[in-house]
Amino acid sequence: MPEIDASQAERARWMSCLSQADPASLEAAWAGLHPSPPHRWLRQPETGLVMLRGRAGGTGQAFNLGEMTMTRAAVRLEGDRPATGFGYVAGRNRRHAELAALFDALLQDETRRPALLSGLIAPLQAPAEAARASRAAEIAPTRVDFMTMVRGDG
Amino acid sequence: MAETMPHSAATSPAFAAPGRDAQAVFRAALTALSEPGRVIDLPVELETGLPVGSAALALLLALADGDTPLWLDARASDAAGFFGFHTGAAVVAAPQVARFALIADAAGCPPLHHFALGEEEYPDRSATLIIELTRLAEGGPLILSGPGIADRRQLSLAGLAPSFLADWAANHALFPRGVDIFFTCGTRLCGLPRSIRLEGRCM
Repeated sequence: MPEIDASQAERARWMSCLSQADPASLEAAWAGLHPSPPHRWLRQPETGLVMLRGRAGGTGQAFNLGEMTMTRAAVRLEGDRPATGFGYVAGRNRRHAELAALFDALLQDETRRPALLSGLIAPLQAPAEAARASRAAEIAPTRVDFMTMVRGDG
Repeated sequence: MAETMPHSAATSPAFAAPGRDAQAVFRAALTALSEPGRVIDLPVELETGLPVGSAALALLLALADGDTPLWLDARASDAAGFFGFHTGAAVVAAPQVARFALIADAAGCPPLHHFALGEEEYPDRSATLIIELTRLAEGGPLILSGPGIADRRQLSLAGLAPSFLADWAANHALFPRGVDIFFTCGTRLCGLPRSIRLEGRCM
């Protein structure tokens, strides 16, 4: 895996959040932007297959896990702070891919980023984080710790 | 946060209606190669700011993909980002490994034998050159004959180097090996498969 820096990690987090968000929330947030930012599509939403890769045991040899349907889009935001946004979503929802790309482009604009992070991304992430935490808490008491004695080779 | 891609052609849109436009390009390319010497108009507009006409760009957008390495001449080198993004084609430095070559400066076109010529058993493993001319019209001093042409067709071309006719004669002699060419000028294109004989003058 290539090294990524902090700003790339932040972008990866918001792209992940946009991909997994409820499309209706994104649509509502887009409708709330006045005026609607001018943009043109570099890549209109297109649906295709990607091959998912896994590693045996989580860390071992890589293998093909299977194919997944995915929709992608790329948009160029015009204006005094142009940016290129990419949206990748699982499934076939073309509008979701468009909105993910539009918000990815908007979030790259440093003047808009704080408002979007707190107003859009954080509220979307909070329920997902809470669900993850509660599931982990449910599972934790069922954990069994094995202790093995490593025997030397005589 | 830094822009991940530079401005200009790397981030220009491709076909406005990908399905319809790609089909139009395939149709035009098929007609051009099966009726060599006919100048076909390709009604696909592309605004990229690149010094290459729409027909040449459209041909590559429709035909190139991740399996077809692409060679660009110096004048077309700015198009690398555009084609990489929209087609997934690998832009290569060595002409002999390319499947497609875009020549935006026709006079500076490398000798044809520098490109992949195919093999006796696999003559299709050769390069297709897309050469942008400054003039391309039916009728004129260049005479084409061969498969797909009833008797002869004539063309007026401008922009090629004086050595082109000799270079093409050498390519023609290699049949079934050799390269094939699409000549383009703005939105017009014309096919020149390796089976065609050229006589007369280019200018």
